[in-house]
Amino acid sequence: MAEPMKIRATLQGDVADVRVLMAHPMETGQRKDAAGKLVPLHFIQTITAQLNGKTVFAADMSQAVSRNPVFAFKVKGAKAGDKLSITWQDNTGDKRTDELVIRAAP
Amino acid sequence: MRHALVLGIVAAIAAAAPWPQATAQVPDPTAAEFDKFREIMEQDNPAELFEMKGEELWRARRGPKNASLEQCDLGLGPGVVKGAYARMPRYFADADRVMDAEARIVHCMITLQGFTYAALAKQPFSSLTRTPDPVSLVTYVAAQSRGMKISAPQSHPKERATYETGKAIFFYRAGAFDFSCASCHGSDDKRIRTQPLPNFTKPQQAIRAVQGWPGYRMTGGVMHSLQWRMNDCFRQQRFPEPGYASETVSALLAYLTVNANGHVYRGPGIKR
Repeated sequence: MAEPMKIRATLQGDVADVRVLMAHPMETGQRKDAAGKLVPLHFIQTITAQLNGKTVFAADMSQAVSRNPVFAFKVKGAKAGDKLSITWQDNTGDKRTDELVIRAAP
Repeated sequence: MRHALVLGIVAAIAAAAPWPQATAQVPDPTAAEFDKFREIMEQDNPAELFEMKGEELWRARRGPKNASLEQCDLGLGPGVVKGAYARMPRYFADADRVMDAEARIVHCMITLQGFTYAALAKQPFSSLTRTPDPVSLVTYVAAQSRGMKISAPQSHPKERATYETGKAIFFYRAGAFDFSCASCHGSDDKRIRTQPLPNFTKPQQAIRAVQGWPGYRMTGGVMHSLQWRMNDCFRQQRFPEPGYASETVSALLAYLTVNANGHVYRGPGIKR
């Protein structure tokens, strides 16, 4: 069900600029469908980023975030070859993890 | 005395006359702000999610014939995707007509994978809850022409005839509003609400019919293709709906794309 994320990480010195695109409907629970019925709440609740297995970023999200959201953050102490893994979990228990090996700055 | 007064009025009119020209040269501040916004949003365009999905669909064995689209000929030979989008619409001998990218993908899904046209044309446009496969596929194909020069061919007689058909459709006035595409897109400095409308009859502006499509529309968060854009323009003109992936739409796209030939295509875009 969960679609893959698109992760980008650019190294500048020892700081990795990470940008993550997530495919998710992010339903607020306020919208009604064509039949007038409420579309159930469906949104990403937590995001965790791990660098070589160590959590470097964790966030609790609300439903006030757009569909297919973009998240950007910086990780200090990153270097080429490090494994970055991002996980999100939504309120229905659906989960998705994607990984990326950080490459040296070109 | 009277004569002098008339002269005075004439002078006032003459002084006011350059005003419309002066505004045409000043860039519209609202449009400039939207351009800035688009530039920022383009860095992380959710269209890339559909590009990924499209690539997966392109390689997957699907349909009644359990085949992938990797043998689909987009005009540069079977399976060649790179640069194909920038060279369409073009004439395809096997279908004996000019096809735009999405029409060609639909053709391949029918001939290679065994899908039916009726099934694909039933709900061909994206909604909040559903993105049709051809839309993701055309996003993937379009992305493989990122940074390339648009050069829709005009060498085959049918390509030239289709361009003329598209031109005729563009200028054809009809419907409840007596509208044509050219009513909004045939002269300079027109706008709809806050959005300036490009004049597609000029090469410098015709690129805007191609650039940014397929596009991710932030309002609602849906991915739209040029097939949808053409369909919706027909709806706005109160015209009968053109057939999905039909020769009508391909002809109109041929006219617009050939006018934009020579410009660099930036890949799938983002719309507000």
